Formats: sequence, C-alpha cells, structure tokens
Amino acid sequence: MKPPLFRYEAPRTLRDAIAILASDVDATVLAGGQSLLPAMNFRVAAPSLLVDIQHVEGLKGIEIKGDTIVIKAMTRHRELELHPEVQRLNPLIAETMQHVAHVPIRNRGTVVGSLCHADPSAEMPLLFVLLDGTMIATGPSGTRRIAAADFFQSFLTTSRRQDEIVVEAWLPVLPIGTGFAFNEVTRRHGDYALVGVGCTLSLDGNSRAQNVRLAACGISDRPVRLKAAETALDGGFLAEADLAAAARASANAVTQMDDVNTSMSYRRRVLSGLIQRLVPIAASRARGGTRQ
Amino acid sequence: MKRSAIRPSFPDRSEDPRVEVSLTVNGQPVKRLVSVRMLLSDFLRHELGLTGTHVGCEHGVCGCCTVHIDGKASRSCLTLSVQANGCNIRTIEDVAAEDGALHPVQQAFKECHALQCGFCTPGMVMNILSRFEEREPLDLSESGIRDLLSGNLCRCTGYINIIAAVKRAAELLGRA
Amino acid sequence: MSTRSFGARIERNIDPKLLRGEGAFVDDIPLTNPLHVAFLRSPVARARIRKIDVGAAKSYPGVAAVYTCDDIGPLDMAMPLLIPHPSMKNPKTQRPLARGEVHYVGQTIAMIVAVDRYTAEDAVALIEIEYEHFPVEMDLKLALQVGAPLVHPDVPNNLAAHFIQISGDPDAAFARAEHFTKVEVQVDRSTAAPMECRAVAARWDAVTGELTVWDGTQAPISVRGGLASIFGLDEDKVRVIAPDVGGGFGQKVLLFYPDELLVPMATMQLGRPVKYIEDRQENFIGSSQERTQIHTIELAALKSGEVIGLRDSFLHDTGAFIPYGIAVAQVASTSIAGPYRIPNIWVEFKAVYTPTVQVTPYRGCGRPQACFAIERAMDQLAEELNIDRFEIRRRNFISEAEFPYPREGLLFADGLKVTLDSGQYGKALGMADAALGGPKFRAEQEAARAKGKYLGLGLACYVEGTGLGPYEGGHVRIHPITGKVYVNTGLPGQGQGHDTVFAQIVADQVGVSPADVIVVEGDTKAFDWGVATFASRAAVVSGNAIHKAAVTVRQKILEAAANMLEVDIGELELRESAAWIKGSNRFVPLAAIATASNPLRYAFNEAAQAATQFAPASKHDGPPLADGQAPGIEATEFYSPPASTWAYGVHAAIIEVDPQLCTVKIQKYVCIHDCGNMINPMIVEGQVCGGIAQGIGGALYEKLEYQPDGNLANANLMDFLVPYATEIPPVSILHLETPSPLNPLGVKGVGEAGCIAVGAVVASGVEDALRPLGSIKIRHVPLTPRMISEALEQAGV
Repeated sequence: MKPPLFRYEAPRTLRDAIAILASDVDATVLAGGQSLLPAMNFRVAAPSLLVDIQHVEGLKGIEIKGDTIVIKAMTRHRELELHPEVQRLNPLIAETMQHVAHVPIRNRGTVVGSLCHADPSAEMPLLFVLLDGTMIATGPSGTRRIAAADFFQSFLTTSRRQDEIVVEAWLPVLPIGTGFAFNEVTRRHGDYALVGVGCTLSLDGNSRAQNVRLAACGISDRPVRLKAAETALDGGFLAEADLAAAARASANAVTQMDDVNTSMSYRRRVLSGLIQRLVPIAASRARGGTRQ
Repeated sequence: MKRSAIRPSFPDRSEDPRVEVSLTVNGQPVKRLVSVRMLLSDFLRHELGLTGTHVGCEHGVCGCCTVHIDGKASRSCLTLSVQANGCNIRTIEDVAAEDGALHPVQQAFKECHALQCGFCTPGMVMNILSRFEEREPLDLSESGIRDLLSGNLCRCTGYINIIAAVKRAAELLGRA
Repeated sequence: MSTRSFGARIERNIDPKLLRGEGAFVDDIPLTNPLHVAFLRSPVARARIRKIDVGAAKSYPGVAAVYTCDDIGPLDMAMPLLIPHPSMKNPKTQRPLARGEVHYVGQTIAMIVAVDRYTAEDAVALIEIEYEHFPVEMDLKLALQVGAPLVHPDVPNNLAAHFIQISGDPDAAFARAEHFTKVEVQVDRSTAAPMECRAVAARWDAVTGELTVWDGTQAPISVRGGLASIFGLDEDKVRVIAPDVGGGFGQKVLLFYPDELLVPMATMQLGRPVKYIEDRQENFIGSSQERTQIHTIELAALKSGEVIGLRDSFLHDTGAFIPYGIAVAQVASTSIAGPYRIPNIWVEFKAVYTPTVQVTPYRGCGRPQACFAIERAMDQLAEELNIDRFEIRRRNFISEAEFPYPREGLLFADGLKVTLDSGQYGKALGMADAALGGPKFRAEQEAARAKGKYLGLGLACYVEGTGLGPYEGGHVRIHPITGKVYVNTGLPGQGQGHDTVFAQIVADQVGVSPADVIVVEGDTKAFDWGVATFASRAAVVSGNAIHKAAVTVRQKILEAAANMLEVDIGELELRESAAWIKGSNRFVPLAAIATASNPLRYAFNEAAQAATQFAPASKHDGPPLADGQAPGIEATEFYSPPASTWAYGVHAAIIEVDPQLCTVKIQKYVCIHDCGNMINPMIVEGQVCGGIAQGIGGALYEKLEYQPDGNLANANLMDFLVPYATEIPPVSILHLETPSPLNPLGVKGVGEAGCIAVGAVVASGVEDALRPLGSIKIRHVPLTPRMISEALEQAGV
C-alpha cells in the first residue's frame, strides 16, 4: 500500500499553482491529503502530478466578512471547528464537525478538500447544501462562484474543473433566532454516515415554523435538500403529525440503492427517524435563542 | 547462495526522482534527499531509524502511525515526507525523559495495564499527549475520553484500561 | 518468602520499552540494504491462468527478481497439511505460488523482489496475466449441491470433510423427550485483524551457512523445523525469531504462509536480506480467517426444562484450503453442549470449500459459533417452556459434585476425550444475575418501555477447553554475574504478558522480584523444544513447565547455599535475591551461589570474589565437577497436560435497542469468569476485556463482505469495522477461582475466553428488548442495523 510515482510541485503563488495544474490533465491538487493519500496508497488514484497548495500565499485562515464565514482552501477542519467566532456565529458548524472522522484526521484534513472530494455520505458537503454555501473557484480563465447545490454533481464528482482550485468556501452566519440540529447514524463513531441530517429553522411570533431547511447525506449520490419535508413543516406548529408527514414526504429523496453499507429501506427508516428527532431539537433551540 | 557463487549486484535504491526534505524531528534539524513519494511514516522509520512510529493500515484508520506535526496529532501514513518540509515533527522517541523515565501518560499506561502487544501504543500515546498539550479544553468525562481515543484502534485491550490510563494521566499531570 | 508474586497484580516488565517506542517488531529489525517483497495476488476467485508475462516487471528499474511457480524449484508444492484427520477425503493446501488455477481472490501468483516496497508494487502492476474465468458459488448450502461450481475440480460437492461424533444414546433420549426445540443459527466470516500485519524478514549468511528468519509468528519452533526440512538445512543452522509481535489471535499460528517460505528462499538466492511486510489490504485477502458456520441445533427436553438430548448438524466454511485440518469444526462440535449436563449428543459437521481465504483458528476457534448455537437454543427452549432464562440454565448445569464430567465419545482437538474438570457454574450464574440487579432490572425494563425505550437483558454461558498439549518446556537459570534469573520457553507472546506471568511463577520459587526475572521466548537459539502459542495454552503448558524447572532450580540453590553457609537446607529461606539463614542476618546472594556453582578459574567480578568468602557450593572430592554434576544453577523441565482443562464463564448485559434508528447500545456488560488460579489478575482482566471487545466486534460490527463474484468488498479498516473505544461499553469482570485439578499450578487458559459468549449475549439481549414489538428472533451475527430493520419490517414495525 504505497503510492504510485508522481511529479510534485509546491508553488508559492496561486497563479503558479493554476498554471501547473492546467499543464497536465492528470494533475491533482494536494491540500490536507486525508482522502487523496489513502486513495493513492490503495493505488485507486494515480495522479501524474501533485500540486501541493500548502505554501500558496493567501490560502490560509478563516475570515468573517459581514454575514459570511470565509474558509480558505488550506483551512483544516479543526481550525474551523475550534474558531471562537465561528462557534458563536454559526454553532451548527462545530456541532456537525464533531462527526467528521477523528481529531487527528481533522487536524490535517481541509474543509475545502473534503468538499472537493464530495463523498455523498460526508458531513461537510451536507452542511454546505443545507445552508446554501458557496465555493469560489479560480482557474486559468478567472474566478467563479458556484452554489453548493450546483457544486455537488454525483458520487465523488463536483463541478470544479480539473484546472480550477477552490480557493474559498463560504458559509453564512446563522440569523439570530435560528434553531439548528445535526445528527447522523454511523456504524462506528467517526465513520461516514449511513444517514446524516441537518436542520435549521426559525419560529414566528405564533410559534409557527418558518425558513425550515433540511438536508441529508448518505441517501443519494450527493447531499440533498429535503424540500418535500421542508414544505410539509413550513408554517406549521411542528406537531407530531406534522413531523410524521415530513418524514413520510422525505422517503422519495432516498435514491441510494442497497449497497455493502446498508439497504435502501433502512436508509428510509433512519431518515424518517432523524427528521422526527432533529426538527424538535432545532425548534427548541429556536425558542431558547441559542444563537444570540 | 553457494559459497562459490558470485554475489549478484542490485541497486541500493529506486530510480524515483528525489527531493530534499528539511525539517525538525524531535528537536533536531534533519535534511535528507528522498523519493518524492516516500510517506512520512517510512521516512521516520527507515530513513531516520525512528521505528517507534508503527504502520498499521496506511489508510488513516488505525492511528498506529500518529505523530505530532507542528504540535498536532497527525497520521504520518497520510502525509508525504515532502509535505512535512519545514515542519516540526515529534515522535514517541521524544516522549520519555533522556534517562528513560516515563512521561506521565506512559506511566499511566503502565500502571493501568493499558497495553498488551504494544503495537498501537505509540500512536495512542502521541494522540493522547497532543490533547493534553494543546490549549483547547479537554473533556475528561468517560464519553469525552472515548471520543478522544476514537481514531486509534487497539485490538488487544478492549480499551477499558486505556480509558483508565487517560484518567490516571490526568491525575499525574494535575489535570483531573 | 516475603511477598507472593503468584496471584498479585504486578505491572508488566515489558511495558517501558514498548511505551518508549523501543519495541522490536519485524519491520524494526535493522537489516543492511534489505530487498523488499510484493506479491501479485489473484484479482479473481476461480480461474485458470492461461498466460503470465513477467517481462516488463523483470526489466523495471529496481527489481531484483520475479518469481512464478516455475521459478521456485522444490518449493513449488502443496504446503503441509498440519493436522491430518480421517474425516478429510482429499485435503487441499495452498501452493506458495499458484500453479494452473487460482482458488480465491488474494491468492499469491507471483513474487517481486525489489529495492523497496514502492518499486515492488509498481512492478506487480506490470505483470501481464490472462485468466480463463470459472463460475463461483459463495453460498455455503448451495456449494454442497450437485452441479455447484467447484473450488477444486477433484473434490465433489466442495465437501472437504464430514464427521459425526456421538456421546451417550441420543436416539433413545429423543424418543423419550417431552419437548423439542429446534433453531438454525449463523455466525459470519470474520478475521483477527491484528494491529501488526504479518511480517517476515530473512538473512542468509553464506559464510557460516546460517539462515536467520524474523517472523511475526506464534510458532517459531515449528517454522524453524519446517524451513530446515524444506531447505535441507541443519536445524542448528536455522534460527527463527518471533520478536515483538503485534497481536496474533490465531492468524499467526498457521504455517506456512507463502511468504514464510519464499522470503528465506529469496535471501538465499539473492545474497541480500529480504523482507516482506504484509500490508493491511493483503492481511484481509491473504491471511487466515474464520467463523462462518450454520448450525441446525435441536434440543430434546423434559417439561421440567431438563435437556436430555442434543442434535446439532452444522456447515463449516473452510475457505479454499484446509491446512489446519478440521480443528475449528472439531472444537465447535465438542463445545456444543456448553456447561450443561446433556448426556446424549449427536453432532455432525460438513466442512465446505468456498473460493475464499483459507480458514484456520481465530481467537475462539469454533467456540463462539458453538456457544451461539446452544445458547440461542436454550433461550428458545426457555421461552417455549415459559421458564426463566437463568432458571433453565441452572437446571441443566453440571453441578460441582459431578466433576470430572466426561463426555464419552467426544474427542477434542487434541485427540483426547472431553472431560470437564472443575467449575462452579451455578455460582457464576448467580453472580451475573446479582450484578445486573436481579429482579430490579425487570422493573427498570418496564419503566423504560413506558418511556418508549427498549431495554433487554442478554445472557450466555460458555465453557472453553484450554491448555492443549502436547507439551512445552521451560528453562530457568540463575545468572552468575547479576544473580538475575533467566527463563526461556519455546512459545512466543503477542501481547499476553508472558514475560511477567512466567516471571511471577519463577520469582516465588527462587525468592526474587519478578522484575529480576528475564524471560526470553520465541527465539529458537534460546530454547527450541516446544510447539506454539494457541488454544489458550501458554500459562497452562509453558507455565507449568517453567514452574517445574523453577522448583528444581530452587532445590539446587538451597543445596549450594547450604554448603556455602554450612547449615542444613531446612535452616534456609530464599528472599530478596539471596539465601538467608532463617532468623539471622547471614545470607549469600544468588549471584554468589550461581558463581560458586560454576567452578571457573577466574574471579573477574565482585560476585565471583564474594563467592570465595563462602565454603564451596558443592561438597565432594575429586575434580571440580563431580561425575554427573553440571555447572551453574539451572534446570530444564517439560510439562505435558493429561487433558485439556476447561475454563468457563457467564456473561450478561443490559442492552438498549432503538427501533427507529435500529441501533444497539450495550449499557452495561458483566462477565463472571473462572480460569482457575490466577497468576496475575490484572493480566487476566486485560485478556478478558480484549476478548470481549473482539466479541463485540463479532456480535455487531465485523463481517467480511464477500460478493457473489468472490471479491471481498471491505478489505480495509474503513469498511471492516473493528470497534473503536466509542463502541465498547464499560465492562465489569468478576472472578471465581476454581483450581484445575490437572496441573500443579491449578491454572486454566484465558486467552480466548472473552470473545466466546458475546454474540450470544447480544442476540439474547436484543431479542429481549424487542419482545414487546413482536416475535423477533436474532439468530445471526454480526447483527447489523440493516438486519434489525429487516426483522422489524417483517414483524410489521
């Protein structure tokens, strides 16, 4: 389990990095390497050229710009998870990240790398889909914004072009009064989710749910918003019957067939269970005003 | 081979392109010319002779190869040595005192019978040590310790005694 | 004697070096310019190899040699059948490199030797190979049917072995029974997954003609014997060392794996040290596995719940080869009646070839399957007769007065009659009941159900035949310079703490601290009589051999010290590394005694000078060594057990099942355990805890997912789910110590104990938890969320 041979470049500027990446269609960006290196050690990935972006200027750190949390390309999971301002402005991020692998992996793995890896069972892509995050991709022909909904295309596939580097990923600050919740079922703690669900919502003056957002991972070839379930809940009082209706409405979102991990009908059962448990948690947090 | 046979000649190293890797290991500056694809785990073990870092899976699941990269517990099997250029690496060989006296985390492992075959142990110790040494608050509840240990597999102990050892280490370090 | 070591919780001697990263595992052994091995392994389960072209691989820069079956001379043979048995018609073993056909995904076809493993793996990918694909049958039952695709063309119906054992008169028992309970249960394929994969390194010294092999094996002496014989070398010229080994659990007791022969061959041919460090993927597709059995078990009972007869017929998956014979199935069949009296037994198995990795013992070795079968059947019987699960077991236990309890007609894996030697089964069951709160739990369960929580109580009992023969040896010597005690035995450790428990056994006899006893094991240059580490036998067999040697050494020390101090032996006591005249401050250190017992000309150190202050250690006329006398203080003794000694235990747990998410959480796990006299309770608990964790893996997580085409879908630790700390519940262990009457130390084995009952406990607990939701039967482990989901679906939940 040793990686095949590759060429290696460690450019200092974004311009150089993109030029190198564009010079070889089999070149790959190396950031934290926590998904790429295992694939290379198993020799299921064999890039001809690795472009190590850790020394590229301007790709490190987290910035809060207005209502946007800007996560630069080399930001490690653990940096985001432990960032005090991020914890205050969007506590769902840290809550979700507790479920991302284990601390030593989060110490090295980058958030953007995980997004670009686009595992359909992964937590961070789900979070971006749930919150309408944005990727900023820079390539030879300039920089473009890609909405999370458009970014994740299918199993391990995104709309990033081979010669583009996702230099930033943006998540919104949670609006005041937003309730949130994330949970998942895994076989072992830290494994990819069999099914994971994230939820945000707020309550109006009459305790009716509004702005309900639900998204899930592990149920399709990409993370998906559960629009039918959202519709079933929006404007309602989140009574048990409403939750059951939302759970039922989510069933068709499960498109992942039986596989080595589990069955389609199990995924439906768990998705339904998680929705019915997480929505009340989010609602109680909206009521309690956790995000001040 | 018979005594009369002429010893065949083989190259000593591969024809992989080599790059210079310059870093600090256990406080000492190190500079080596190695294959561009050499994993940090192999670099530490076979280039530097620091065989206390073990290799259990080479896909980041078992945690046996855990070392500190710039103070953070990391998988050396999921890091190319060239990626560690300029980094500060710490391995299990740097944990006990110069005279061999065990660090409190190691001492706790011994007292609590938290190791059997000892293959996962260096990675376990490096992971636990990094969490005691970082500034972040440490959850030393039963479930907090389990969470801390998750990411390191042990096949011998059933973890119960490792959990006890983390508690004992916290006492010895004045963190309990 | 000041303090007794035997029975004390003594910290382990080996720990400091392992904790400092100073262990010496095979890949840590420094070799000068070693070459590295990688294998081309079959990507298909069944095929004929039409053509192999190694040209490109051979000319790849950095490659020293490429071997196929045509290039390995006399090694191109079927490897040994280790344990022959007449029940096997045409036993098949693997060849080091496949010739003609391949039989499973992962089978070795070609070996590359190169300057490093990276290069060797590159070259593997350059070998061109053409296969003629054959169909496969992965289902154990279908594989036995006429017309099923064959794993070996000359083995009809894939039937590897068929064996029936009978105890008592089962037909008569079934004829007079009042109630019958029949269940079918299944345990799936798993693997030991030691943290250190297998590893072999070898060095050939052409000048001295010596072959040195470092092998992460549980059986170095056997490997040495095999290598010497296969390569035609003097045994004395072959040294096999099992250095620190990172867990074995049975996987490393098999010999030979292809690399164990081919690596020594390559070093002898190429004149450079050669090493093969198995990687994790190879461990999954190349190293032995175990567990799949399907049992159909029937109990014949009286209305009272007394079981008077048992019939069990099971299929045992032996993989593509059967190098270890029928050991696993035989252990399962002789353990099938558990701790119960059941005097009439008919047990049959068919071992079936499947196109998968070969099956040899993995910790538990058939016992977890047997325990799962009998315990699920006992639960079912209890339910049908409306008898409490504790009570039905109590009514069937062999009572203390009935020991030794023979099961006439059943032969254990050692070829000897099954005779359970001692135990307090009823007491253990009572302790388990009490530990879970007894009747209080039923109230908790009711209260939880009212809140929508599903709690269940899981229960299972097991027995374990341990300490199998044929024999082991022990050598004990007092070092003349330091007075420290050196102990050698042939079987090696893989983490069990041998160095400490053997030290404890010796320390008491010779009056030293266990820290001053240095145990060297697993090196054929240190001691080369013995068998191997398996079947929970080290403490029983090596332990008693070492004990005997220590008793002899004690006597020699006393005799020499009596001469030196010029007193009677009866006036002496051994403590603090010296012989003391009781009630006085006169003593002679062990170092001086050992020195004085070696009539050497030179007093080259303090111990030797000190020795001269005393009278001679030996009183006789004539030459310095009397006729028949040996220099020094040492002894070698052997121990050969008359039969296996049977440990046992009762496990129970409180288990919570979440029907919505189909998750299982073990809230509390208790283990009542009896392995006879405990040498070191701390180490016993460590062994048991580790076994329980492995058992939890087998109950809920670890299943090798062979696909219909024979590929293994989860040949990695991402998808083969070895539990982390987050998956293991708190465990409390309570001990009983019923000495074994069979050996001087009164000990029984403990290595495998922990894992045996866990699958049965979890199934029993989940069934109990889900009882309010309908008749949901858990008869198959590992139990996945998907399986629970499907069971609930069937029950309409």
